[in-house]
Amino acid sequence: MTIGLAHYLTVAAILFTIGVFGIFVNRKNVIIILMSIELILLSVNINLVAFSTHLNEVSGQILAMFVLTVAAAEAAVGLAILVTFFRNRGDIAVDDASVMKG
Amino acid sequence: MLQAIAFYLMAATTVLGGLFVVTARNPVHSVLWLILSFFSAAGLFVLMGAEFLAMLLVVVYVGAVAVLFLFVVMMLDVDFVRLREGYAQYLPIGGVVAIILLVEMIMVSFAVADGGAAAGKAPVAATVDTSNAEAIGRVLYTDYVYFFQAAGIVLLIAMIGAIVLTLRHKPHVRRQNIHQQVTRRRKDAMTVVTPATGEGISE
Repeated sequence: MTIGLAHYLTVAAILFTIGVFGIFVNRKNVIIILMSIELILLSVNINLVAFSTHLNEVSGQILAMFVLTVAAAEAAVGLAILVTFFRNRGDIAVDDASVMKG
Repeated sequence: MLQAIAFYLMAATTVLGGLFVVTARNPVHSVLWLILSFFSAAGLFVLMGAEFLAMLLVVVYVGAVAVLFLFVVMMLDVDFVRLREGYAQYLPIGGVVAIILLVEMIMVSFAVADGGAAAGKAPVAATVDTSNAEAIGRVLYTDYVYFFQAAGIVLLIAMIGAIVLTLRHKPHVRRQNIHQQVTRRRKDAMTVVTPATGEGISE
């Protein structure tokens, strides 16, 4: 029983699906939504690294590194917005978030 | 054989961790499951031979992002029970969409793995004379050096953005005004008076 590319791609697919599912069912909780996005980005990274190592082409891992960078930046800014929103509203329910406009 | 056992162990941990992230009642538990998921994903990376990315994942995600999440979850005093309203309502549609998505992606995965450019290839950890980190460094600092700089700028902007968003000045706190300090001259600060004997100083 050898572990091939399809195994890694399947793990990434499951993780991606869990991320999308998490956004669906936790529609009000921004923190869980941000974590779901992190899961989705992790699955993308698994895909990139799997293809990179199986094709013996290192640039896929570099792209995964950039995805990691953007994910970290997104988490920082997202949580900063969350903290500001909480200070103004005293709550983090997303359905109230439309008051942020204008 | 040992590799297969390690793969299934870490894949199962990753997936279960991810599942508990989205289903846990307490967001603090969600963050802890997220850390577990990232950690075992790092194990998968090691298994594939991408050690540098694996260590990066542990350092950046577990060490920085997940702890940031933990801080924010614990700092915000939120009624999380109320935020779970609608969970059961969205569960069926979410489940259906998720299953369709999953089946499609797994089918595509197997098609690509069987017939794509990587068909039948084993993961190549590193060539004999260079390690994984060295291979990444050789490409990252030459072909992708501008992208590397751009990634740095992205992080800088994110840092500035986070500071600007969360920094607030309390009104009654006295702060240092460097411009005022530096531009202060002697004539603004002091006067020389010669009081007459026995009279003292009167304004």
